Amino acid sequence: MHNNGIIAHSKDNVCTIVQELKAKDTIMIKDANREENFHVIQDIPCFHKVALVDIAKGKEVFKYGEVIGVASGDIKKGEHVHVHNVESTRGRGDRK
Amino acid sequence: MVLKGYKRENGTYGIRNHVAIIPASVCASETAVRISNLVPGSVALPHQHGCCQIGDDLKLTIDTLIGLGKNPNVGAVLVVGLGCEGVPPKELVEGISETGKRVEKIIIQDLGGTLGAIREGGRIASEMARELSQQERVEFDIGELTLAIECGGSDPTSGIASNPAVGYASDLLIKNGGSSILSETTELIGAEHILAQRCINEEVAQKLFKIVQDTEDRAIAMGTDLRSGQPTPGNKEGGLTTIEEKSLGCIYKAGLSPVIGVLGYAEQVNEGNKGLYVMDTPGQDIDSITGMLAGGAQIVVFTTGRGTPTGSPIAPVIKVTGNSSTFHKMQDNIDINAGRIIDGEASIQEVGQEILNEMIKVSNGKYTKAESLGHKEFGIYRIGTTF
Repeated sequence: MHNNGIIAHSKDNVCTIVQELKAKDTIMIKDANREENFHVIQDIPCFHKVALVDIAKGKEVFKYGEVIGVASGDIKKGEHVHVHNVESTRGRGDRK
Repeated sequence: MVLKGYKRENGTYGIRNHVAIIPASVCASETAVRISNLVPGSVALPHQHGCCQIGDDLKLTIDTLIGLGKNPNVGAVLVVGLGCEGVPPKELVEGISETGKRVEKIIIQDLGGTLGAIREGGRIASEMARELSQQERVEFDIGELTLAIECGGSDPTSGIASNPAVGYASDLLIKNGGSSILSETTELIGAEHILAQRCINEEVAQKLFKIVQDTEDRAIAMGTDLRSGQPTPGNKEGGLTTIEEKSLGCIYKAGLSPVIGVLGYAEQVNEGNKGLYVMDTPGQDIDSITGMLAGGAQIVVFTTGRGTPTGSPIAPVIKVTGNSSTFHKMQDNIDINAGRIIDGEASIQEVGQEILNEMIKVSNGKYTKAESLGHKEFGIYRIGTTF
């Protein structure tokens, strides 16, 4: 089987999956620093993101080696990372 | 590399040869469309603006309409005014005439209304179309081309596949002496620090930071989370979580070339200074493309993840998707499948070269899918309210 998770940058704590995964399916990742297989813990649509490590609430989420937002709750390794658990830090007129 | 196009009086080259029917205001738009419907070879640019605008907002509409008339893909222009609008038809004629191309105007109120205006407008536009039909394509260097780069309906495949491939094509164009325009300032939020490092000097970098800050400030002034509209619902359904993530994927469209200038919306590219420009446009595709065409771009390459039919009245739009599933679902609309990069069937460089090859064919006259289906989406950005 091929890798089904793309890690854009070695600094990233999330990857993009290139096929739809169901809970307990195996995600296979490989980049310069790591090669690992682990289970996703819920159903995740194709091209969405999966946590590569536990990310605590308030910690930065990295993709492309850059900050794409901050965890709005504790995120477990293998969990779907999206709008329900990541907040943007930019354009936040609601926080004035 | 040699292409074949239409030489204009001011030395620029068009890759299409349209008669543009440009209404000065919303009140003249329907009449402009009806004239265009009568005359093959003509395109109307109907819009909702041109009256009861003030200040910089009014100026933006005028600059945009003049810029579109000046675009090298336009061979001749008929301006249609109602007669009492805020955008002076005479000013449009004078601005466009700087190129040396034929520009005429009609005023609906002076011609007795709809039927009189259509009769006179149809007479002038059909005469222009006959003149342009006799013009032959001549050879010109690819370095005369300015590429408008756009993305819309993005998903995570855009940042992985289609945008890097278009970036590669853009870099090739610039290496061959051409210019490219990266746009959509909203979609630089969160990625501006990376692009700023590629600016040729501090002045350009500061200009880039300013347009991004101004855009973010306008969003914050609305008192809500930008994420309520950007990323869009479709972006989010596709898997893009925040504007930062969307932006970091977006900037791959501009390849690795240095940024030589930052342009205002509809500001003309400096023909004497070729390279990569950033233009301050909104993330809404149609308005963004209009800004770049008013700036002088002759061709558009448009990346999409979710799929979109968008075309343009005056420039060919080549559609590229990074999502193979979207390519197969929307083959009517998408020209190139960069999803082959994710599927492991092609490299970014191979698809990038394919995009450049397609740009050459389209420049020489091949219809894009958007053109062959008659897509002519058109809109003009506003920065003020209507009074």
